Amino acid sequence: MERYYQPEIECAPREEIVKLQNERLVKQVQSVWDNVPYYRKKMEEKGVTPADIKTIDDLHKLPFLSKDDLREAYPYGLMGRPLKDCVRIQSTSGTTGKRVVAFYTQHDVDLWEDCCARAIVAAGGTNEDVCQVSYGYGLFTGGPGLNGGSHKVGSLTVPTSSGNTDRQIMFIMDLSATILCCTPSYAAYLGERFKEMGYGPDDISLKAGIFGAEAWSEEMRRDIEKTLGIKAFDIYGLTELSGPGVAFECSEQKGMHINEDHFIVEIIDPVTGEVLPEGEQGELVFTAVDKEAFPMIRYRTRDICSITREKCSCGRTHVRMAKPKGRSDDMLIIRGVNVFPSQIETVLLNNGYAANYQIIIDRVNNTDTLDVRVEMTPEMFTDNVGEIQQRQRTLVEGLRSMLGLKAQVTLVAPKSIVRSEGKAVRVIDKRKI
Amino acid sequence: MSIKQISVFLENKPGQLAAMTGLLADNNVDIRALSLAETQDFGIARMIVDDIYEAANVLRNGDFIANFSHVLAFAVPDTPGGLHQLLNAFNEAGVNVEYMYAFLGNNDASHAYMIFRVTDTKESEAKLISLGYRPLTQEEIAQI
Repeated sequence: MERYYQPEIECAPREEIVKLQNERLVKQVQSVWDNVPYYRKKMEEKGVTPADIKTIDDLHKLPFLSKDDLREAYPYGLMGRPLKDCVRIQSTSGTTGKRVVAFYTQHDVDLWEDCCARAIVAAGGTNEDVCQVSYGYGLFTGGPGLNGGSHKVGSLTVPTSSGNTDRQIMFIMDLSATILCCTPSYAAYLGERFKEMGYGPDDISLKAGIFGAEAWSEEMRRDIEKTLGIKAFDIYGLTELSGPGVAFECSEQKGMHINEDHFIVEIIDPVTGEVLPEGEQGELVFTAVDKEAFPMIRYRTRDICSITREKCSCGRTHVRMAKPKGRSDDMLIIRGVNVFPSQIETVLLNNGYAANYQIIIDRVNNTDTLDVRVEMTPEMFTDNVGEIQQRQRTLVEGLRSMLGLKAQVTLVAPKSIVRSEGKAVRVIDKRKI
Repeated sequence: MSIKQISVFLENKPGQLAAMTGLLADNNVDIRALSLAETQDFGIARMIVDDIYEAANVLRNGDFIANFSHVLAFAVPDTPGGLHQLLNAFNEAGVNVEYMYAFLGNNDASHAYMIFRVTDTKESEAKLISLGYRPLTQEEIAQI
């Protein structure tokens, strides 16, 4: 029996969802026009006023917002409400430059936590469950989001935050935790540790996991499910829009339902900005229609995926998005296969390496070659050649199963990968085509 | 007593080894023994030095990766069969040698000195001592 947190919304007839979206969009555009000079200027430059936006079909007339806008307007330039109405900020890690700071009113926090609660209930969570949140707490949205969602569901929330693996395992075992929320790579790592400690899937009380915040493969999902004896659910979100819970998986595990009452989705051509028809792959764009403090309109996520409106047998009527393949601005095509650096990064992290790497693509005898150069770390170094080579082979195997490509792995000296402005140059494409 | 060896990761490109020895030379670290293990794309330098902590500090500050491991050092009579006799004892004690290298002392021409990296240093050491083969201490190595 599929259960829902807010069935009247999650399973609403399509026309009701669209009606709600229309109303909220019109109101949101007017509010942004009145309160966010930065976005109003963008609208004026495009020659569009709130009067032009009557339904969601008019969405394409509005200008996009991008990460560059967020940087330019940092920190207060995109706020939709005065500071006195705001109760919280969250922030991104800033790995791609300046941090993004997002603001929340109490209404925004509630909406976000509701979204996370929907995800937890879709994963089978109830007030009988013990829900361990092993996402980081603090500025990162993972911990606070799932923590709030778990409270709303009424589960017993165990706020372990990330790290200290043995303590995580102690709480799971001692409290008989049933739901685990963390990144997929950490779930895989916990699984390994359980194995080392001699625990099999039958010894572990967990029944479900809600894993997101990084790219992971279907293969990785099956691995985690097998090791921990759980069903693993994907969750999607980004700080700019609230955090995890923008979309979540149901028991069908065939794409993530986007919480369309809060977030209107579009798929666009990342180059031309044209809206693409359903089913086509393109860049995900979201409009947050009832967020107050940080009202993102047509925010370009740079995530590449497709959406489907096909009816889902779980009963939910909200559109589904496929697992994002990666970021639009860094997709590579190697031997005809789409490769995202984020996938390579996932494999490195899963194998205990730091994310200090460089991808060198070349063409030798008309065949693309992929060389992943990884900086050696003190943790991975030993005086034993065979051990290091064995780890290298494991890495090659991990890359092969993630990418479907044979890659070469070269270990290089620490800090030998060129960095510009503190950030490593990740990709060097030497192919002359 | 086992002694401490320092191992350094070397990327396989020209100048890496010289960069390492340069750092040690500039900081007055004396290399007593050195062996290199190499693969196609990287190498590992394993060394016995006079001041292991100073060596680790200067190398790490110079962006090298260096770590310590415990190895056994033995004085081997520089006569035919000298090494063989010692290895027989290893065999008898069931000690597995992962790698080994040799060096000569400054003062005693009648012995060669061998460094052994074994699988379980503590246990191996105890067994060898019980067979009458005592490895050299850090202090003894410094005197050689």
